[in-house]
Amino acid sequence: MDLSLSEGQEMLKKMARDFLVNECPKTLVREMEEDESGHSAELWRKMAGQGWLGLVFPEKYGGMGMDFLDLAVLLEEMGRACLPGPYFSTVVLGGLTLLEAGSEEQKAELIPQIAAGDKIMTLALTEPSASYTPEGIETEARADGDDYVISGTKLFVPDAHIADYMICAARTGDRITLFLVDAKAPGISTTVLKTIASDKLCEVVFDKVRVPKANVLGEVGGGWALVENIIQRAAAAKCAEMVGGAQQVLEMTVDYSKQRVQFGRPIGSFQAIQHHCANMAIDVDGCRFITYQAAWMLSTGLPCTKEVAMAKAWTSDAYRRVTALGHQVHGGMGFIKDHDMQLYYRRAKAAEVTFGDAEFHRETVAREMGI
Amino acid sequence: MDFKMTGEQETFRREIQDFLLNEIKAGTFQPTPDAWLEGFSPEFSRKIAGQGWIGLTWPRKYGGQERGYLDRLIYTEEVLRYGAPVCAHWPGDRQVGPSLIHYGTEEQREQFLPKIIRGEMFFCLGMSEPESGSDLASLKTRAEEKDDCFIINGQKVWTGSAHRADFVYLVVRTDPDLPKHKGISEFIVDMKTPGIEVRPLVDLVGMHHLNEVYFDNVRVPKSALIGEKNNGWYQIAAQLDYERSGMERLMSNYPVFTALKDFVRDGDLMQNPLVSHKMAELEIEFEVGRLLIYRVAWVLSQGQVPNFESALAKTYGTDFEQKLANTAMEVLGLSGQVLEGPRAALLGMATRSYLFSPGYSIQGGTSEILKTIIATRGLGLPTGK
Repeated sequence: MDLSLSEGQEMLKKMARDFLVNECPKTLVREMEEDESGHSAELWRKMAGQGWLGLVFPEKYGGMGMDFLDLAVLLEEMGRACLPGPYFSTVVLGGLTLLEAGSEEQKAELIPQIAAGDKIMTLALTEPSASYTPEGIETEARADGDDYVISGTKLFVPDAHIADYMICAARTGDRITLFLVDAKAPGISTTVLKTIASDKLCEVVFDKVRVPKANVLGEVGGGWALVENIIQRAAAAKCAEMVGGAQQVLEMTVDYSKQRVQFGRPIGSFQAIQHHCANMAIDVDGCRFITYQAAWMLSTGLPCTKEVAMAKAWTSDAYRRVTALGHQVHGGMGFIKDHDMQLYYRRAKAAEVTFGDAEFHRETVAREMGI
Repeated sequence: MDFKMTGEQETFRREIQDFLLNEIKAGTFQPTPDAWLEGFSPEFSRKIAGQGWIGLTWPRKYGGQERGYLDRLIYTEEVLRYGAPVCAHWPGDRQVGPSLIHYGTEEQREQFLPKIIRGEMFFCLGMSEPESGSDLASLKTRAEEKDDCFIINGQKVWTGSAHRADFVYLVVRTDPDLPKHKGISEFIVDMKTPGIEVRPLVDLVGMHHLNEVYFDNVRVPKSALIGEKNNGWYQIAAQLDYERSGMERLMSNYPVFTALKDFVRDGDLMQNPLVSHKMAELEIEFEVGRLLIYRVAWVLSQGQVPNFESALAKTYGTDFEQKLANTAMEVLGLSGQVLEGPRAALLGMATRSYLFSPGYSIQGGTSEILKTIIATRGLGLPTGK
């Protein structure tokens, strides 16, 4: 057992922290929230320059050959910085899915483009049913000659409005199949939703969208097993972002309570405030270890359905608690839009419900307990 | 990062499990909650000693094994999992021995460590006093140096196993004129010394493991002083980190969890979403606690002092223990009221654990004190002074 980051991970963490402090200040985060695309092409290029877009992909596809645990370290820093844009969609939802399910040809063509920062990807999974079960998918793909024709409505699709490719889960008969779809194909219309985290979730309507049969990912009808893996990776990756956000909220809150003076002394010297901060620290450390355990298991290829579910169930609730206490300690100061607290508060709620909320994952844990 | 145990560690864990399961099968003991506090069995402690599991991390020259902290954690995790009666040797193994290794003289180490390791000498801890609970440094029990000895007068309270321990690890004031943290010293005192009186305190469960201990002109030799005179507080601080850092702060009532899982399985209660979600919550929260406690052992294994990590793990862990007891009672419903007899569900374990559970977040440092430690030592918040 070794609960420290490796030297390489420490280096990655430090470089990421420094880079994001310089290149992704909160002014940019706020600007991107208001921006229609929510995406800074300049930042994207610089991130590609850092190798981040290829970080987790094999070298033969132009990547850096690092593993999921390394990616978790980077995602933690991104969560800390509230990084806007389609990194999560492109790398975690798009690229890693391609890497798992794509044919050699699909991988050889697309992953190098992702790694180079030339292509943006996303996953069109959820629908108005707002569920992460196969029953929740009504979008249909009908075979027609050399193509499939996809019709239906996808909802909560991140970054669809700027994506080059989408991986779409659609029903082929009784079963689910994944398709690699050109996001600009005729029949696709995208509307950006106004969401709590201003994170550019979209409604995507597929109106008789033709997709070549060659664009099926994996086996026809074999999509849901892949989706389960996607959700597992995405849940763990989301946890890593949440750890970073929660850590930053704790640090902001501790700093504030050292500086803010009331009754002639820093409020951090009052036990009421100290105990709020201690409760936050307990939650943050809890998030950290349960999340990294899951990321480590994913990295090493160990079966970890239960561990990922435990991580997401715990972290979903804990990050929310941390932001709530952070607000309590910041008082009125944290309630205004100019303060950074609200950026985390809004993102915590969005992250909580994404890729399965605590209830969803507790159900998985209950199943996995074997009783 | 690597969460994997080595092959040797896994083998060690299985070895302990096999031993405990055999002992259960042989009827030596029944898994019991809080057995590290109440399960006082010199015979069983000697069996554990026979396996070489007391003083696991201590130097070989005293009979120890010089193994790592993670090994010790594995050992404690397993004896707690099976609710084995390990109370007799627990304080000596957990903190008296390490303290002697750090601060004792060679003579003291040779006098005590081999006997602790062999399960022949059992300790109780004389810390709290009627007027000194959370504010331990205000303690008043006095040791006055006189000729060739110290004369001790005063009273300790909440002293677990004082009525059956051989020695007390005693914290006393040696200089009342110095600031309160600076006039404290530690002694090891034979419980048979004239002038020591032990009076029982029966807890709300009806059990007797706590005591008051009175010291009336108790003469102890100067060789009973541990470490430096008046440096006791700084020696205790490290000791308290050991005291607070272990699996017993998460798994005190683990046998309730095992029995509850069996109860839920046998009754097919996971079909009820209210029950299954409670069970999942417990499972998740236990795992978080386990990792927080492994972190403490890992910090120790790096040669660092877990000076807030142990406080953090304990306050989290004891919350879990209370929640486990309460959840078990919720699942049991009316049956949870029965303490013993054929109508007692889970052999009355959940019921007794529920009654016991207010103690978890009080003993060994209240959660409030621990949170203040997390805030001041861990997060660097200013103290209230």
